[in-house]
Amino acid sequence: MSRIYKALFTLLTITLMTAPVAAQELTGTLKKIKDTGVVKIGHRDASIPFSYLDDQQKPIGYGVDICLKIVDAIKAELKMPGVKVEFVPVTSQTRIPILSGGNIDMECGSTTNSVERQKQVAFAPTYFMTGTKLIVKKSSGIKGYDGLKGKTVVYTQGTTNERAMKAYNDEKKLGINFIPAKDHAESFLAVDTGRAAGFPMDDILLYSLRASAKNPADFEVVGEFLSDDPYGIMMRKDDPAFKKLVDNTVTGLYKSGEINKIYTKWFQSAIPPKGINLGFPMSDALKALVKNPSDQGVEACGKMKC
Amino acid sequence: MDFSVFFQPAFSGGGIYLDWVLSGIKWTLLVSILAWIIAFSVGSVLGVLRTSHLTVLRAPATVYVEIFRNVPLLVQMFIWYFVLPEIVPKSVGMWMKQGMPLPEFWSAVLCLGFYTASRVAEQVRSGIQSIPKGQTEAGLAMGLTRVQVYRHVLLPMGYRIVIPPLTSEFLTIFKNSSVALTIGVLELTAQARQISEYTFRTFEVFTVATVVYLLITLTVTVAMRALEKKVRVPGYIGSAGK
Repeated sequence: MSRIYKALFTLLTITLMTAPVAAQELTGTLKKIKDTGVVKIGHRDASIPFSYLDDQQKPIGYGVDICLKIVDAIKAELKMPGVKVEFVPVTSQTRIPILSGGNIDMECGSTTNSVERQKQVAFAPTYFMTGTKLIVKKSSGIKGYDGLKGKTVVYTQGTTNERAMKAYNDEKKLGINFIPAKDHAESFLAVDTGRAAGFPMDDILLYSLRASAKNPADFEVVGEFLSDDPYGIMMRKDDPAFKKLVDNTVTGLYKSGEINKIYTKWFQSAIPPKGINLGFPMSDALKALVKNPSDQGVEACGKMKC
Repeated sequence: MDFSVFFQPAFSGGGIYLDWVLSGIKWTLLVSILAWIIAFSVGSVLGVLRTSHLTVLRAPATVYVEIFRNVPLLVQMFIWYFVLPEIVPKSVGMWMKQGMPLPEFWSAVLCLGFYTASRVAEQVRSGIQSIPKGQTEAGLAMGLTRVQVYRHVLLPMGYRIVIPPLTSEFLTIFKNSSVALTIGVLELTAQARQISEYTFRTFEVFTVATVVYLLITLTVTVAMRALEKKVRVPGYIGSAGK
């Protein structure tokens, strides 16, 4: 063996020996958490029952519960039982910049996993499956999207529903007058006060908004699904170590069946603050995703072409 | 930085993202300028009333100023847009919500105008009160009525004195107009946010928005400086504007 080969062989051996050490060195989010001792979780204020504030202004919900399971996994992984959780409120508009900017480490809310967003962020396996529908006042007599012709529609800025509705409007030439609102509560208020005829949103959120309204019977959720919206936990892109930990935790919940308990707690039992029971059993689509977890995203404009 | 984003086809409505910026600029200018017209006229009247020797005139103006300048602008926006239609008679409320054209725009104009009026009123009052009392007395002694004293002695000087602070107020109205986005006016900041959401080009978009705001306000500053210079009474207020 020539000296060059010998040198190369030695180099290779050294590389192979040191490689596992390098792999264990923390990078990205996990390193940040280890250095600061804090996990920052982004939460919503009115995405019932995924992520919202209870009457003590504490973030709770289905997504928050799952994220807290991930925090447990982080504690075990880093062998740091003292890791603190810090909750940071985000909105539909701010969630991606805040996450990319590093002020939160994961977002636990009602964020649709879309192909477009995947250019900016990474998603954990889908934990809920919903789609765009429309909420209207019963007295309006509107039975579907075509009933919105020439009417005013409110949307929450930064949502996939906004895009699905606008794409539908462009395609069907409905001449809808759109008004933007900052969050779901404000959008719903616009329908409630009669300022807007309809509000397109993920159906589960519409049912929960209706359930928490003063007179739920005044409202009706109508229309076909305008889009499919798979929800997932958002984290920073290009951080494979952290994504792996998050993915494993979520799929672990699916395999162990623990997800059913968490699901029942938020969708089929009385939930704070008003003790409403949404009575929303797990859909077949979600059951399939629990069996075969997937972090695949959907197209931005729902069922319409962009 | 990649500014080509502004020439990409926009997500909806046809056109390119630059069109969204231009439409944002249009609404920013419309809201600000209409609001300024309200602010200047209402504020001038209130400012004069604030200096009146009659309590019956002075008191309501004082109450107005203290209410409108002490409630946060954001709260006032919500009151004009969400609360007002609910407390007026039902038919009027329904008209405000559905019948009238551009409800969010007009709410923003009125809100911003009446809010800024309280601030303009204070500037006008301070301008009038900075004029030595002797001038009023001299005017009255010459047989002018009080209205004439205001018209020919106090206001011409008072306005000149407060041009610099009024300039600040005028600039502030352009910046404050961005609060209108909270009630759904798609002005410049709202459009910038919207474009950054669709394209994720946050830095480019807000750089352009910043430059546009600066251009607008610098234009106003230059115009107000020119006005100040043009109407200056030589030898009265130092050498301002030289």
